[in-house]
Amino acid sequence: MVGVTVSSGVFVLVAAVFLASAVEMVEALTIVVAVGYTESWRSALEGVGAALVTLGVLIAAIGPALGHFPITSLRLIVGGVLLIFGMQWLRKALLRSSGLKAKHDEDAIYQKMVNELESEGQGPARSRVAFVMAFKGVFLEGMEVVIIVITLGASAHRLGDAVLAALAALVIVGVIGMIVAKQLSKVPENSLKMTVGILLVSYGTFFTGEGLKVRWPGNDASLLFLVVLYALIAWVIHVIIRAAEAPQQVSAA
Amino acid sequence: MKSNSSWPVRMIKGFGMFWWDFLVGDTPELFLAALAILGIVALLSLSAHANTVAVVVLPVLIVISLGLSVYRGVQDSKRN
Repeated sequence: MVGVTVSSGVFVLVAAVFLASAVEMVEALTIVVAVGYTESWRSALEGVGAALVTLGVLIAAIGPALGHFPITSLRLIVGGVLLIFGMQWLRKALLRSSGLKAKHDEDAIYQKMVNELESEGQGPARSRVAFVMAFKGVFLEGMEVVIIVITLGASAHRLGDAVLAALAALVIVGVIGMIVAKQLSKVPENSLKMTVGILLVSYGTFFTGEGLKVRWPGNDASLLFLVVLYALIAWVIHVIIRAAEAPQQVSAA
Repeated sequence: MKSNSSWPVRMIKGFGMFWWDFLVGDTPELFLAALAILGIVALLSLSAHANTVAVVVLPVLIVISLGLSVYRGVQDSKRN
């Protein structure tokens, strides 16, 4: 009987840590894959590496005290930054999709850069944006995973099981991420930027709200609602701009 | 012109410039809007304890800010 109770407790703990870790890792992966494709894989992976090293150093330095880290303040700061950057990205994608911001110049610059790099035999171009976004995404979500593992694992005296559950989530999400990454490569760049903008604004809204003690209805489920809302708004703005610009384009022709 | 600043000063300047470009760049209106939104939602949530209003106002203000910034971008593209 005692064995059954212990097994159920361990199962619940492992399931809770695994699912919570998987959710956080999927959130981080979304940001990493998106900036990897739209900006630079090399810089995105460097950002991931730097975030993992920073997390490792933090864990070694702070250890169990991380469980008491003011995640609310962290979410407010990161939420605010994601919000600003997401709005900037979404604005740019909307103007480009409506033909108001030239794509050709950037294509030419991109092509020139690729040609230069190919002739020099170097890898893909580095991007500060990709590095910072990947770093922040992995660091914030990784910090949450660390806190979940430490608080749940330590409180149940099953830290080893909690760590294993989080590592299992990391491997599974990583494998799924590689499959998804191949599909994402077929998505046009501006559409992907639009999608990333929508996701960043959604996460920014959610984290900012949580940082300011706003209680979202349905908790994490409200993220889905925010994604749908901003996608709808982006589509409406796109349609309005296209409708307003269409008569001018006809008269110019 | 070569800078005579010491490396810690250059590091701090570079760090500040990086975040300025990253957060403000060519869309200062979005940076200011985000600060205003944080202030308004903080007042609603932390001071007035109006959670439902905060839940509604936060995304609405973001949508308005984005719409106004895109409008500014459209006007700028017409002028250029």
